[in-house]
Amino acid sequence: MDAGPEGGGTVNWGSTADFFAMGGYGFYVWGSYLVTAACIAGEVLFLRARRGKALRQVRAEKGRNETAA
Amino acid sequence: MTNGVIHWFRFASPQSFYPLAGRMLPWFAVLAALLAAAGLWIAFFVAPTDAQQGESYRIIFIHVPASWMSMFLYVVMAGWAGFGLAFNTRLSSMMAHAIAPTGALFAFLSLWTGALWGRPTWGAYWVWDARLTSELVLFFLYLGYMALHAAIDDPRRGDRASAVLALVGVINVPIIYFSVQWWNTLHQGASVSITRAPSMAATMFAGMLVMALAFWMYSIAATLGRARAIMLEREAHMQWTQDLKEAAR
Amino acid sequence: MTAPSSAAAFRGIVRRDLRLAARRRSEPLFTLGFFVVVASLFPLGLGPEPELLRRIAPGVLWVAALLASMLALGRMFGADYEDGTLEQLVLAPSPLVLSVGAKIVAHWLVSGLPLVLVSPLLALQYGLPGDVIAHLMLSLLIGTPVLSLIGAIAAALTIGVRGAGVLVSLLTLPLCVPALVFGAGAVDATLAGLSAAPNLALLGACLALSLLFAPLATATAIRISLE
Repeated sequence: MDAGPEGGGTVNWGSTADFFAMGGYGFYVWGSYLVTAACIAGEVLFLRARRGKALRQVRAEKGRNETAA
Repeated sequence: MTNGVIHWFRFASPQSFYPLAGRMLPWFAVLAALLAAAGLWIAFFVAPTDAQQGESYRIIFIHVPASWMSMFLYVVMAGWAGFGLAFNTRLSSMMAHAIAPTGALFAFLSLWTGALWGRPTWGAYWVWDARLTSELVLFFLYLGYMALHAAIDDPRRGDRASAVLALVGVINVPIIYFSVQWWNTLHQGASVSITRAPSMAATMFAGMLVMALAFWMYSIAATLGRARAIMLEREAHMQWTQDLKEAAR
Repeated sequence: MTAPSSAAAFRGIVRRDLRLAARRRSEPLFTLGFFVVVASLFPLGLGPEPELLRRIAPGVLWVAALLASMLALGRMFGADYEDGTLEQLVLAPSPLVLSVGAKIVAHWLVSGLPLVLVSPLLALQYGLPGDVIAHLMLSLLIGTPVLSLIGAIAAALTIGVRGAGVLVSLLTLPLCVPALVFGAGAVDATLAGLSAAPNLALLGACLALSLLFAPLATATAIRISLE
């Protein structure tokens, strides 16, 4: 692996296998990045669900208003 | 604007801020995605392998930006909370509450990645290093803020009480940070600081910066999204929410 | 009848709270009892080896004092809230900050000072030498008011809230980390033969800061809780 003073671009990784292995630290590196991605994805999904629930609440209130009117 | 002054207080009501937030959100989301892509490119394909830590150091591209974000977001949250307390604006408190979970998430990620970085580097998942311990206390402060608001039934009282807590917390954070540093130096020898980062090549710092910006843009997008949901929840009984296009069915 | 001076009002509140605490004598004793029990549990959990106990004593005793202080916080404003006295204090002519300060002082006299006085006995259980015990008492003397002051803010924020007991501890404990570090650190230093002055000075600084800000924050919190 050729790593020049400013980095070697795609020459960092000899093969895709090397990329996944991360020099033996694959568990730690991917454990970090994947959990981060999962947490962020989780937050986005949770926010979508919260928005849906909030809109249902608004519709319910609206319905209540209209029947009362 | 004929007189050149932007009346920001026009946006101080949820009703006017809701559509504005909705328009801003996608931009920040796209920015976040682009910056993240750039950051990850630097992290994996530009930054060279570290001489001492091998590939495991690549975790810093998440760990350090997440730490920065968790601290930055706490201060911003306290700022919004204080503003809401001082000027009694509902929206400010909603913004503070919109920030909290995202801030707590970054604190958690900082701890998680810190542990996974510590294991290969220093042999243990948790080494009680000063910054990780401070981060843990910050995580507790976030949880306390959210717990207090959740425990109080009246939303207005909850807003103002948690605002006081956030302000007390933000004053305490530097003191806590200092005391943990102090504690760490007292007990030196038991652990080595994992925050003594590898001598930074320019690319490494650039990568961290780009990832930090990505996290920041993401935080803004998430906060705007959550703030919109909070506005809908709190103001469901008001005419303006019921008149919204998305509420029609 | 002329309105009482602020100092007289302050003394009056302290006296009243002390008298009430004296009547319900069991409650202050619970705090003390908890302190003693917790401190006695650690040797049971870790083994009685004298060297180990001596080393963990500063931290253990400080944490035990911290936890005991947390337990007592519910009582600071709870009773007065229930019978309406707290509202009277808010509406009274003397500044709320002063009244709050008086209540905190009374609370510390009942729940904090006894811990300081009993700590030598527990320190002997852990085999601490005399000069270390003196420094332990001093650190607790300076530190327990800090715990009362910070705890008062959390107690005021959670008045009348369900599950307030545990919540108060959750809110207060992270904020008490500096006091714990400096307090236990002072005793640790003495144990190691070093000067306790730096840690005690920092602890004193914590006390000064909390004296400055906590009563104000607590008064604000009480107003918010009573709205």
